[in-house]
Amino acid sequence: MVELAAPSGRGRPRIRVERVAAPSRLASALVPVVSIALALAASGVLLLAAGENPIAVYRAMLRGALGDRNGFAETLVKTIPLLLTGLGVAVAFRMRLWNIGAEGQLYLGAIAAAGTGLYLVPGAPAPLLIGGMLVAGLVGGAAWGLIPGALRAFLGANEIITSLMLNYVAILFSEYLVHGPWRDPSSFGFPGSPALPEAADLPRWGTTRVHLGLLFGLVAAALLWGTLRRTRWGYEVGVMGANPRAARYAGMPTRRTILAVMALSGALCGLAGMSELAGIGHQLQRNLSPGYGYTAIIVAWLGRLHPGGIVLVAFLLAAILVGGDQLQSSMGLPAAIAPMLQGTILFFLLGGEALVRYRLAWGATVPSRDPGGRERA
Amino acid sequence: MIHDERSPAIEMRGIGKRFGATAANADVDFVARFGEVHALVGENGAGKSTLMSILAGLYRPDAGTLAIGGRPVRLRSPREAIGLGVGMVYQHFMLVEPFTVAENVLLGQERAGPWLETGAVERELRELGERYGLAVDPRAPVWTLSVGEQQRVEILRLLHRGAKILILDEPTAVLTPQEAAGLVRTLRGLAADGFCIVFISHKLDEVLAVADRVTVLRRGRVVGSVAAAESDRRSLARLMVGRELASLVERPAEEPHEAVATGEPVLELAGLRAEGDAGRPALAGIDLAVRAGETVGVAGVAGNGQRELAETITGLRRASGGRVRIGGADATNRSPGEIARAGVAHVPEDRLADGLIGGMDLAGNAILRRYRRPPLARGPFVVARAVAAFADRLLKEHGVAAPGRRTRLGTLSGGNQQKLLLGRELAGEPRLIVAVHPTRGVDVGATEAIHALLRAQRERGAATLLISEDLDELLALADRIAVLFEGRVMGIVPAAGADPERLGLLMAGVDGGGVAPVRRVAVAGG
Ligand SMILES: Nc1ncnc2c1ncn2[C@@H]1O[C@H](COP(=O)(O)OP(=O)(O)OP(=O)(O)O)[C@@H](O)[C@H]1O
Ligand SMILES: [Mg+2]
Repeated sequence: MVELAAPSGRGRPRIRVERVAAPSRLASALVPVVSIALALAASGVLLLAAGENPIAVYRAMLRGALGDRNGFAETLVKTIPLLLTGLGVAVAFRMRLWNIGAEGQLYLGAIAAAGTGLYLVPGAPAPLLIGGMLVAGLVGGAAWGLIPGALRAFLGANEIITSLMLNYVAILFSEYLVHGPWRDPSSFGFPGSPALPEAADLPRWGTTRVHLGLLFGLVAAALLWGTLRRTRWGYEVGVMGANPRAARYAGMPTRRTILAVMALSGALCGLAGMSELAGIGHQLQRNLSPGYGYTAIIVAWLGRLHPGGIVLVAFLLAAILVGGDQLQSSMGLPAAIAPMLQGTILFFLLGGEALVRYRLAWGATVPSRDPGGRERA
Repeated sequence: MIHDERSPAIEMRGIGKRFGATAANADVDFVARFGEVHALVGENGAGKSTLMSILAGLYRPDAGTLAIGGRPVRLRSPREAIGLGVGMVYQHFMLVEPFTVAENVLLGQERAGPWLETGAVERELRELGERYGLAVDPRAPVWTLSVGEQQRVEILRLLHRGAKILILDEPTAVLTPQEAAGLVRTLRGLAADGFCIVFISHKLDEVLAVADRVTVLRRGRVVGSVAAAESDRRSLARLMVGRELASLVERPAEEPHEAVATGEPVLELAGLRAEGDAGRPALAGIDLAVRAGETVGVAGVAGNGQRELAETITGLRRASGGRVRIGGADATNRSPGEIARAGVAHVPEDRLADGLIGGMDLAGNAILRRYRRPPLARGPFVVARAVAAFADRLLKEHGVAAPGRRTRLGTLSGGNQQKLLLGRELAGEPRLIVAVHPTRGVDVGATEAIHALLRAQRERGAATLLISEDLDELLALADRIAVLFEGRVMGIVPAAGADPERLGLLMAGVDGGGVAPVRRVAVAGG
């Protein structure tokens, strides 16, 4: 820490936050590593307090998430919805459209896909059925994203609020369907739609649960990367995100682009819902998503809104989720431990991210002095 | 003047600062004393703002030492700098617009207790204002103030915090000549009271008039430090550029350029009305026409509707009445895109806010007007190679000093940003050019280049509406000069043989006799 020359006594000692003029590349690269180390240390204290050996717990987490074929496969399974929703959220964030509605868009995608598979074309052969559900998922999510998009574009309504509120509408609508009109009559009163036709199951990788959705995610990431970098539309999104006034000055179609971006954002989240449905659940049921749409926001930020970064972060967060979940069975830890660990790790990751841009400065504030030796007028 | 007997306020020794591959400052020695106005000059990108930002605690130097009031210090933040009596007024003001002057002054100051003691501050501000000619109403919300008044608030804020060393980065670039003269008096008054003033400017006449000493930077290095009394434009310019600049030594008695046969009216305004940001009328019925091959200058004291005029013509602001016709077709309240496509180039007043994207690279900024069309676009795609070629050529042709097209625009020096914008807008074949302060913040050499560009466009047949507060610039470039006062055209006079005195009267709202009457333009359907 740089010491200031002879600060005299009047200043109050305190900690303050300063903006770092230009975050260095080294700091950007180091921070995630340091954050994770700190997160492990802090969680370690909590684990010790709970009477557990932190090293053993961490080892079990790592083994659970990445150590064997099954764990690794489960991590990939969880990567899929995080990746798709993360990409969806990131497109909107790039234009500074704060779409917090990924969760609802995911549900709508799943509802639309389920409706298609169950009632619209249930008898179709697999490629057609899956294709139809895919389109339905995209359209359902896009429509749900378009609502806050249109409210913002035409009325200037704050999309944070509207997209968030629509999450509740979507989740409750899905509840209504599985309790009511779509409930499987043979389920003895359990909420849930009938199972989709077998032809609707997404192809899997060997004996694991990893399904075609992973390919959807990777292709979507590649396409998105290309679109943002190489197309006129991608350039417009970039300009509108970085300086909306310059976009207006250049005559870019602001409204149309808001609508398009929100539709795309919603479509990607809807695809996440469709692939969860057709790849994992095979029926519309409660708790289709344990909050992927919210974790997506973290994925998008930590991935710096870059498709490549989002692929990496989605995988990393999936590993943390899977590793934590496995603790319960492998070490017999209380159920609350895993979410606590996950939360702590996320907290430090996000905090570290902020520290790349800001730093804490300790020490006395400099008292007001008069270097000229003259009194102020 | 015997500077050496005054105590040194600032001593910077061997200062170095790199940004990536760019050495913004290299081995810079800079000494300024209490009681003097010290000017810092140099071409765009020479490192002036960087050096002063180091002094103000915003950047940390990579090398060198810094002493303030004779004591070696290391600054970690602007707050520490102000604590040591060093304050800087940046090229972009840092005021909170909805707050009053007094509240802005109090912001960030640490006073005991949870209450804002605005009463005491207001009194103190009035005293300071009276003493140094910095009058502003402490209770006025900042957004109601003119640019010149906001600048006074910035200075008052620093004085109120006890700054004894004031750094002003191109303060006069945003001022009218009258306001600039007032600022010069203020600075001289402060120096006489023992303050140390560092003053950055591209206007050499002004530098020679206000400064005691002048330090010249070239490509990050000090190439000379001279007493103003023993210097002149010629020697300063030679130091800055490193060679003789024929055109700027003696201001060529800008002979009224040969008349270009003017053509059809390209821009016609009839009874144009618009409201300002505060919802008050800013344009109160403007009638004006600009023909092909003609440059019409718009003079006036800042805040008399210039900005709104440019914005209303280019579609960025709604007209509340009247008509705009471009090339004979109605263009009133068309979208900015439609107007741009009609062949209108626009150099906006606030370049970083409106015309450029600070967070994007230079290539992204260069293509803003052309990314839709071939050769930069092919179908829905942007052709990376064409973009690179176009951006490189633009940077080269307009002498934008930058490491390359991948550089983030926000890191460019102010003047280089302006050069990029000018180059972009004046490329191609615009039918109408609306240029607001096109040479603000641009160094002497580049000013000449921009003037040459504007002249070439006029000869090519473009109609130009040139809004400027620099009368010399208007007289040099315009065919006719319209004077704006409180949103009205007070009069239109031919630039050839125009009398600055009479223009000044018109600008003050006095309808001088003998001035050509305001020309009414008949517009069908207007
Ligand atoms: N934050 C930054 N990151 C990268 N490069 C920078 C940064 N700030 C300045 N530079 C570079 O340092 C050089 C000096 O810039 P500086 O702003 O000090 O010039 P200047 O003399 O103030 O010019 P002007 O008269 O145009 O304002 C320029 O080449 C500029 O591009
Ligand atoms: Mg500068």
